[in-house]
Amino acid sequence: MKIHLNSEKCQGHGRCYSLASDLFDSDDLGNAVVLVTGELNADQLERATVAANNCPEYAIEIGA
Amino acid sequence: MDKQPVLDFATDFDHTDPAWVADPYPIMEDLRERCPIAHSNRYGGMWVPVLHEDVSAIANDTEHFTSRTVVVGSGRPTEEAPPAPIGVAPPISSDPPFHAIARRLMLPAFAPKPVNALEGFTRDLCSGLIDKMGDADIVNAGVDYSQHIPVGLIAKMVGLPQDQGDLFRGFVHTILEGIDQPMEVRMEMFAPIEAYIIKVIEEHMENPQDDLTSFLIDAEIMGQKLEPSHIFGTMVLLIVAGIDTTWSAIGSSIWHLAKNPDDLARIVADPSLLPSAIEEFLRAYAPVTMARLVKEDFDFKGCPMKKDDWILLGFPAANRDPAFFDRADEVIIDRVENRHAAFGLGIHRCMGSNLARMEMTVAIGEFIKRFPKFELADPDAVTFSQGQVRGPRNLPIRILERA
Repeated sequence: MKIHLNSEKCQGHGRCYSLASDLFDSDDLGNAVVLVTGELNADQLERATVAANNCPEYAIEIGA
Repeated sequence: MDKQPVLDFATDFDHTDPAWVADPYPIMEDLRERCPIAHSNRYGGMWVPVLHEDVSAIANDTEHFTSRTVVVGSGRPTEEAPPAPIGVAPPISSDPPFHAIARRLMLPAFAPKPVNALEGFTRDLCSGLIDKMGDADIVNAGVDYSQHIPVGLIAKMVGLPQDQGDLFRGFVHTILEGIDQPMEVRMEMFAPIEAYIIKVIEEHMENPQDDLTSFLIDAEIMGQKLEPSHIFGTMVLLIVAGIDTTWSAIGSSIWHLAKNPDDLARIVADPSLLPSAIEEFLRAYAPVTMARLVKEDFDFKGCPMKKDDWILLGFPAANRDPAFFDRADEVIIDRVENRHAAFGLGIHRCMGSNLARMEMTVAIGEFIKRFPKFELADPDAVTFSQGQVRGPRNLPIRILERA
């Protein structure tokens, strides 16, 4: 499973990089960037899912 | 001018009605059940969605709704006011495509890195305010604490003197709470604000500083310096949007903790709960309601909306919608899934959200560190602001334990 970020939907609420700063970061504008683009381990998957479930814009999906 | 009290919020909505100001949540709940888009002939026509899906749809629909003005009032923008897509206070008043340009200019100053660099300043400010309270048994967490914190931050970022908080709060009050005054009175009330900001801009032109005012004066869009009206409008935005919003958010959080000793004790015992608690306070007590104007006559979900009707865009109502949030009316400080809309939805997401979060984290963290036990000194004495920004203003707190 991997993190898929839809940058068109991201509005920079910052929930993902606040919740999982090892998986997401902010760019210079405050919008999200993904730090771990490959397969997630179990711990990463759990936290990536929490981050996805807190995005007000539904910009993050966890999938194959 | 005395207004008629509201008898039915579904057909005669008014967010300045004392019943709404005192406790809007049961009214939202009632509307959700029987009329999820309320209407009013007040303010020249206004619609009030209370479902998350409707608030989200309107926030994301810049084709039918304009942000030309975002504060509901009795009048409409005058002929002289900058038109869409720019508006009076870019980027909050801007529509696409200009919005993205004006917003991009400001966003770097509010990204996590520059905001987090202000954490030490914020902590000193907060602990200084607590020191000033001395050993009083009852402190006013609104008047003596939360109202000063965003003023200090905004003054520092924009480059305004640190000791003029009363003046800025007066400005904010005029713009956000004076909405039921006639337009001529409001224009008159705005004159000193205009004069003050123009003076600040002139002083910065003579003597540039490392702050947002000088940044705006130097900034360019496609090789052109900003129009003076753009600089002025953005300064108004920074002062107004940055102050009573965060003041309200900090105050509402302290208000909740004063009423809920179990939540307070849990966070004091385990400060790692603070971030999720803050998101939950932002959800449950979202301070900010925005507004839009209907661009052209348009039918939205069976509502015959007319050009220039107001939309009161209630993010606080969206945040309490049980169709969207599990146990929406309960405050759950360790809520795991919380897609709250306190900072808006869509392209106008609050530009200062990182700043607001940092201020809340430091302000509430410092308060509960120094006062690990407290309660409301007089629940009936707590008063709330009127208008589109909701938060406690008078907030007497009895300190039960000091650290």
